[in-house]
Amino acid sequence: MSRTRTAERSLISDSDRKRRGVRIPLTIVQLLILIGLLIAGLGPLLWLLKAAISPTQDTLRDPLAFFPSGVVQWQNLATAWTQGHIGYYLGNTAILALGAMIANLFVCTTGAYVLSVLRPKCGRILSGAILATLFIPSIVSLVPLYLTILKMPLIGANLSNSYWAVWLPAAASAFNVIVIKRFFDAIPREYFEAARIDGAGHLRVFTTVVLPLSRPILGVVALLAVIASWKDYLWPLLVLPNPDLQPISVALPKLAQHSELNIQLAGLFLALLIPVVLFIVFQRSFLRGVGMSGGVKG
Amino acid sequence: MVIREQAPTVPEPVEHRATTRGTARPQARRRSRFAAWYRQGGPTVVLFALPVVLIFLYFSWGPIVNGLVMSLQRTNLVAPAQWVGLGNFQYVLADPALGQATINTLYFTVLAIVFGFPLPIFLAVSMAELRGRSWIYTTLAYLPVIVPPVVSILLWKVFYDSSADGLFNSILGLAGIPPQPWLDSPATAMPSIVLEATWAASGTAVIIYLAALTSVRTELYEAAELDGAGIWSRVWHITLPQIRGVILVMLLLQIIGTMQLFTEPYLFTGGGPQGATTTILLLIYNYAFVNGDYGAATALSVLLAAGLCVLSAVYQFTTRKWSTD
Repeated sequence: MSRTRTAERSLISDSDRKRRGVRIPLTIVQLLILIGLLIAGLGPLLWLLKAAISPTQDTLRDPLAFFPSGVVQWQNLATAWTQGHIGYYLGNTAILALGAMIANLFVCTTGAYVLSVLRPKCGRILSGAILATLFIPSIVSLVPLYLTILKMPLIGANLSNSYWAVWLPAAASAFNVIVIKRFFDAIPREYFEAARIDGAGHLRVFTTVVLPLSRPILGVVALLAVIASWKDYLWPLLVLPNPDLQPISVALPKLAQHSELNIQLAGLFLALLIPVVLFIVFQRSFLRGVGMSGGVKG
Repeated sequence: MVIREQAPTVPEPVEHRATTRGTARPQARRRSRFAAWYRQGGPTVVLFALPVVLIFLYFSWGPIVNGLVMSLQRTNLVAPAQWVGLGNFQYVLADPALGQATINTLYFTVLAIVFGFPLPIFLAVSMAELRGRSWIYTTLAYLPVIVPPVVSILLWKVFYDSSADGLFNSILGLAGIPPQPWLDSPATAMPSIVLEATWAASGTAVIIYLAALTSVRTELYEAAELDGAGIWSRVWHITLPQIRGVILVMLLLQIIGTMQLFTEPYLFTGGGPQGATTTILLLIYNYAFVNGDYGAATALSVLLAAGLCVLSAVYQFTTRKWSTD
């Protein structure tokens, strides 16, 4: 993804770049894009940081000024943390995201292993049935899925107000099964044969050969699963009516209704902090994962 | 396939001989076939397949089929479900709110495509020409995507404060433009939502286009340059055609995604003012979770999904000429 200085030629060649008629407009365009991206990408976040530690009146009266009254209210963050129970809800969000990630990895890797390596007779039907769900808009199943959670067919259990209601449906990701299957397909078959000759069973091949070799793709899938779960709003709103179980995304709109603007903005800032820090730490995997998901769609 | 042959399965040929000779009774044959399946690790295969099959049955295939069935039933979870044929569809299609919601949804889609579709392509093509600091650009472009939608919606709600001192109105004021009502007026509410949605979604598209651009065959640029093609004509005749497969898919995905808009109108305006931002998904939500009329909700879902399927089929058919190469 990152282009180095010695990159091979691209759209604009080195000789183009030496010409003044190209170099100057190119620099200007790139500079304008950088400014635009700074304003659009970083601007709102920096403004949120400023507003989170400002008195409400400053934000309301003169949102563009830099601390017009000279008051910096660091205590807003502490107030939002305790009053809005931000830490508690962030904990819920983390449990939901981690569970969704584990469920996703477990179901999608075992499924991909069956389709890619074990290949039973009905494998083609199974993989076709999984692929087909990609082409059906998810809206068809929203209401029936909700009713499934309220009363699981055959079992009869009611999963609402339990984290399974979020974890298990998240694992039904045809996209992830197919991405992982493609990765497994690219592992040389000789590895499996060698392991089998050494007497390894299906399970051992899976845990000692396939999984360690596919660590990169598993990292990407795990990351995408965590992001998707972290961002989700409608589904947890529906299946977790108990406020004690809700993630931060469901809790924030309620906090916004019941608290003063500065506390509300401090809450937003705290809720934003973890995803942004995670993004900066895992930036490379994030961007590679997103780029790859496009490649699969394309 | 290979593995199964490599596996230590000595008894298999014996079994085959037995079947071809036809001496074994059918029951015994079945039993030995089962034994061979068992020895080859059949149960392990089943165990491995079980999670994915169960999860998809319960949470994907089941609900899809159930959605189709429920659209033909009247059900409110209390009374037993009743078959009503196409009654739900008639009810939904006769609902005066549907016309408005359809127009709103299409309006949103058109605006989102017009503003949100060319921008990432432009950004990606320009950013691909960066030498060196390109990670700053990609990081900045992707930052809004990282912001959880609920956080960005609540934040933009503050930006859209319609008083003269609101953030956006203050910025407009600097340029001498009078304050806008943003979310408070039926005329500007939907464009305001489009603006936020475009901001929130463009980063993903930029990264995907950037990834696609790395696969453009660079020798074509060389050839075009030798033929005297300028930079613009190279973009138009080489870069864009080379990534048109991705562009076409992204356009379709964006249309499908924007037609299923829910969180933004739900949290920004709740469908108001005067129903100007009620989308089809909001209508489905209201049918199901406000009125408890699951039949009507699934009927409308099925209609929307069918519309989207027809749309993608037509789209795939008409763009097939351009995308295959």
